[in-house]
Amino acid sequence: MNRTATILCLAVILGGTALLAFGNATGAVPTYIISLVGKYLCFAILALAVDLVWGFAGILSLGHAAFFSLGGYAMGMYLMRQIGTRGVYGNPVLPDFMVFLNWKELPWYWTGFDNPLFAILMATAVPGLLAWVFGWFAFRSRVSGVYLSIITQAMTYALLLAFFRNDMGFGGNNGLTDFKDIFGYPLQSDSVRRALLIASAVLLAASLLTARYVVTSRFGKVLIAVRDTESRTRFLAYRPERYKLFVFVLSAVMAGIGGALYVPQVGIINPSEFAPGNSIEAVIWVAVGGRGTLVGAILGAILVNAGKTYFTGAIPEFWLFALGALFILVTLLLPKGILGLFSSRSERKS
Amino acid sequence: MSTDTILYLDGVSVSFDGFKALNALSLYLQKGEMRAVIGPNGAGKTTMMDVITGKTRPDDGRVIFGNKTDLTALDEPAIAELGIGRKFQKPTVFEPHTVWDNFLLALSGDRRPRFTLWARETAHERERIDALLETTRLTEHRNRRAGDLSHGQKQWLEIGMLLAQEPELLLVDEPVAGMTDHETEQTADLLREINRTRSVVVVEHDMHFVRALGVKVTVLHEGSVLSEGTIDHVSSDPRVVEVYLGR
Repeated sequence: MNRTATILCLAVILGGTALLAFGNATGAVPTYIISLVGKYLCFAILALAVDLVWGFAGILSLGHAAFFSLGGYAMGMYLMRQIGTRGVYGNPVLPDFMVFLNWKELPWYWTGFDNPLFAILMATAVPGLLAWVFGWFAFRSRVSGVYLSIITQAMTYALLLAFFRNDMGFGGNNGLTDFKDIFGYPLQSDSVRRALLIASAVLLAASLLTARYVVTSRFGKVLIAVRDTESRTRFLAYRPERYKLFVFVLSAVMAGIGGALYVPQVGIINPSEFAPGNSIEAVIWVAVGGRGTLVGAILGAILVNAGKTYFTGAIPEFWLFALGALFILVTLLLPKGILGLFSSRSERKS
Repeated sequence: MSTDTILYLDGVSVSFDGFKALNALSLYLQKGEMRAVIGPNGAGKTTMMDVITGKTRPDDGRVIFGNKTDLTALDEPAIAELGIGRKFQKPTVFEPHTVWDNFLLALSGDRRPRFTLWARETAHERERIDALLETTRLTEHRNRRAGDLSHGQKQWLEIGMLLAQEPELLLVDEPVAGMTDHETEQTADLLREINRTRSVVVVEHDMHFVRALGVKVTVLHEGSVLSEGTIDHVSSDPRVVEVYLGR
């Protein structure tokens, strides 16, 4: 069942985006749809990352949007450097907000971000490193359950506050925006939009395959054992903290990739992406689709976000109630999410 | 202390919020010996297991494994790695996994993520698992979820997982709790079989079972040894009768 679902999911993601891109090239599909779907796919990568730690290691991270946003900021920094002299102040090196703050030169941590490869590397390395440091302390001290969730939430909140500060050098409240080019091509052009959509689909597919390999390997079996009976694995000579750390870092890297693809498609990254609510929303996507199924996380992210797009347009004041109600209903009626409906049916058959 | 001692507890004390769970407990176990440990609730039986396996750090005393390793300085995985296996009172198996996978995860071998991430099942591993399935009479249940097994089968699976670890010393906490008479008998046979190559400590309430094992018995009371000897010796010891059997 799970294998079939994975293959089906891959086919829909890759085939669907190919169709959309083709449709856009022939003029049948408007470009805003391309960017919208591309955005959903980035959220799906984030959901996959959340499911990997929550569904298979029992780490309910309420701070995964932090890794997503850090990846986004790394990409945003590159896109800022691509603006060159086309900014409002026409400074060839400094982004507008730095000129505005009367800064004379780039801060040291902006070094290298004019190089796209370096920026992409940082979009994965920075979230990965943060996850490694955070996880090393947390898992070693055997912090788990609600306490771990609370400190992940605190982590993203701390980053939110930090990135709001102008003197952090990331554009403060406004964040990074007004991007012009990516890899030398105009960001607003249809072909770049299509390329970004396809890149999102390919990286989502790669993330799904990676995650699936990990959870079906012997490593994954140990991980599930750790999730359900952590102390037992210790008496079998396993070190659960190492397993959790590995999967937490992998998940953060994945979320960072999602964020790096997200920013060029929405054209802005600002501190509100670190808002604790965003991380909680990502958990809801996973719960809706089906925790611990990977494919369900992707399904949940796309469905909930499609719903969000519709409701925030049609009846904006209703959206948050709908999201809250959705979470309550899914928890009560579909504890295994939408995918659980299918699997319990096929189990009953066999 | 002779060289063929496998486990030596030397004046071990543990207290929780002022309550002395273990009070200068001392105990020797010979290599290859099977020992039954009995005692009323709160006598310190489970705490003793916790101390040996590294779950609880004693306030005082030493726990020597083999010739010189002091276990009190090590954590659970390090102690398990040395060759001490533990079976819990409540059967604790990996419920979402199949019986086969439970054994696979328990087999002695490399435990590091960098190994398990790429590990493939080898023919040797399959042979070992087949043998374990045979020993624990679970061959026909190999592909069932461990969570779907009966209580007795879970107990056996857990004992089998202990064997898969190939420990030198097994600590077994109430292996026959909740078993039928027939299963109890089979479990006694299994433990005797295991004892041919490994040292075993069995904590048990069931006096009938302890008698069936026919091994040296240690009676704990209030965190220290009250009496030690054959089952007939301890059950006629007036102090034992007073605190435990007489109730």
